[in-house]
Amino acid sequence: MHFDKPTYTVRKTKKKDIPKGVYTKDPASGEIIFNKEVEDNQMVVPKSGHHFPLGARARIAKLFDEGSFVEMDAAVRSSDPLNFVDSQPYPERIKRYERDSGLPEAVICGVGKIHGVDVAAAVMDFRFCGGAMGAAAGEKITRAIEAAIAKKIPCIVFSASGGARMQEGIYSLMQMAKTSAALGRLAQARLPFISVLTHPTMGGVTASFATLGDVILAEPGALIGFAGARVIKDTTKQTLPVGFQTAEFLLKHGLIDQIVSRLEMRDRLAEILHALHVRRKSPARAAGKN
Amino acid sequence: METPTYVLEFEKPLRELVKQLDELRQQSIETNVDLGTEIHAIEGKIEAMQRDIYSNLTPWQKVQIARHPRRPYALDYVGLICESFQELHGDRQFKDDQALVGGTAFFNGDAVMIIAQQKGRDTKEKIARNFGMPQPEGYRKALRLMRMAEKFSLPVLTFIDTPGAFPGIESEARHVSEAIAVNLREMAMLRTPTISVVVGEGGSGGALGIGVTDRVLIFENSYYSVISPEGCAAILWKDGTAAPKAAAALKLSADHLEKLGVVDEVIPEPLGGAHNDPAQAAGALKYALQKHLNDLRALAGEKLLETRYERYRHLGVYEDAGVVRS
Repeated sequence: MHFDKPTYTVRKTKKKDIPKGVYTKDPASGEIIFNKEVEDNQMVVPKSGHHFPLGARARIAKLFDEGSFVEMDAAVRSSDPLNFVDSQPYPERIKRYERDSGLPEAVICGVGKIHGVDVAAAVMDFRFCGGAMGAAAGEKITRAIEAAIAKKIPCIVFSASGGARMQEGIYSLMQMAKTSAALGRLAQARLPFISVLTHPTMGGVTASFATLGDVILAEPGALIGFAGARVIKDTTKQTLPVGFQTAEFLLKHGLIDQIVSRLEMRDRLAEILHALHVRRKSPARAAGKN
Repeated sequence: METPTYVLEFEKPLRELVKQLDELRQQSIETNVDLGTEIHAIEGKIEAMQRDIYSNLTPWQKVQIARHPRRPYALDYVGLICESFQELHGDRQFKDDQALVGGTAFFNGDAVMIIAQQKGRDTKEKIARNFGMPQPEGYRKALRLMRMAEKFSLPVLTFIDTPGAFPGIESEARHVSEAIAVNLREMAMLRTPTISVVVGEGGSGGALGIGVTDRVLIFENSYYSVISPEGCAAILWKDGTAAPKAAAALKLSADHLEKLGVVDEVIPEPLGGAHNDPAQAAGALKYALQKHLNDLRALAGEKLLETRYERYRHLGVYEDAGVVRS
């Protein structure tokens, strides 16, 4: 093990990073900001553009045409097939995640409209077990993809995940195969898959559905990668470049299509959906907006 | 010169007995006294102890055997069970990854495509093979060869043996995640029979990147896991030395994986592990591969793809409205 001081800068998501109370310090500018103002802007600091993590429900509320989102598979939850116990039994961890996040799983799925276009969507939430993908999350995402195929509509997945859910062992790894196989069928049906990478998207999620988008978008500053910075540093003894594994690093290397501000995400998705699926100009553009 | 014998911690009592046996034999020759009875007794003891140790291996001990430096590697098996292996190099874009190799071969007279993760035996080869950790180019070469196999109707046989895909700056910059992800999707759609066999280490996404096949076989002492036991111990137990506990909790050994439905068959190894008799291990593998190839040839076209999709569709256990499902 190496305990020397890291010389790289990587973003990490911790509970304290998520604003609580009345004021928060903006990590981008150092200025003190009103939480209310951040919350009103989908957790984006208006002046600096810094993106704080956004929960799945809050994202869904702003993403879809009002009242159009219908949740699916809300009763799909994690099980404990390995009877996994580390410092505490896995089922107790799950109960804690449910309680703390108010969510049934690390991903919320459903169908809804974005500027009038029907889509099937899966939106991950980092607060539930770090967005780790177990069998329940894999099942929900696979069902969302299968729903898109059945309804002949595009599929959008918002990723936010530390990777695989270790407590489900090999089954969590197999969710990568399950979701990717479903995306093979979606591609065969010539239906668009848009993958949106948010902070952070790592490990098994990056190495499966998240990088299989026909179009891949990322939020500014999001940490996106396969191996964690610590593992890379310990294995290779390399000094990691500043900004390594950020959305900006991926764009520069040609690995993603665009970096999109959360405040523009809905409109940008509508443009892409209209181009790839509806194949006519979006009403917003036709009306001279954008 | 013979390579120095590598003794695993749990094999040490056995090593002591073997030493005693050698001494007795030497003594018998030097003094010209017949120690046949004593020698026979120790031989019996050795066999009994070997059986005892190897029928009660812990998951962590199996991980040690899977990583044994004398364990047969992928190309050792290819040499033992196939003929005329023609290595086909490179991803046609950036480089040739020597940790993930492939090419055509003949298996029991039939042409097949081999995809293999390969570790190095000596220091020089270990470095050339990057300790069996493939880079994006390895996965892209594998996909090129799998598509070629589909084009010419060759079954694909993949040999899995990796601690994981290589974690490095260049690997990330050339998008190892995408290389693996594309393989998962394309292997699920490949219109030719596919079989993978975990010959040593099945290290996470790096293993799965050539592992989405119709059938998955595994050697008795190999392991297949979402994370290394050391990595899991460091994260969940905050203690790298808790690896034996993590290995047990992860249910990563062959017998568990078969019960979980992730592997289709466990290939038996000779007493003491595959390295004690590679030819015997290879014989068992050859038999199993032929059997599964015969099964798969009966499933043509759409039926093959449908069966493969369903195989992965139901891996994992979850609850739906309180009912446990998979």
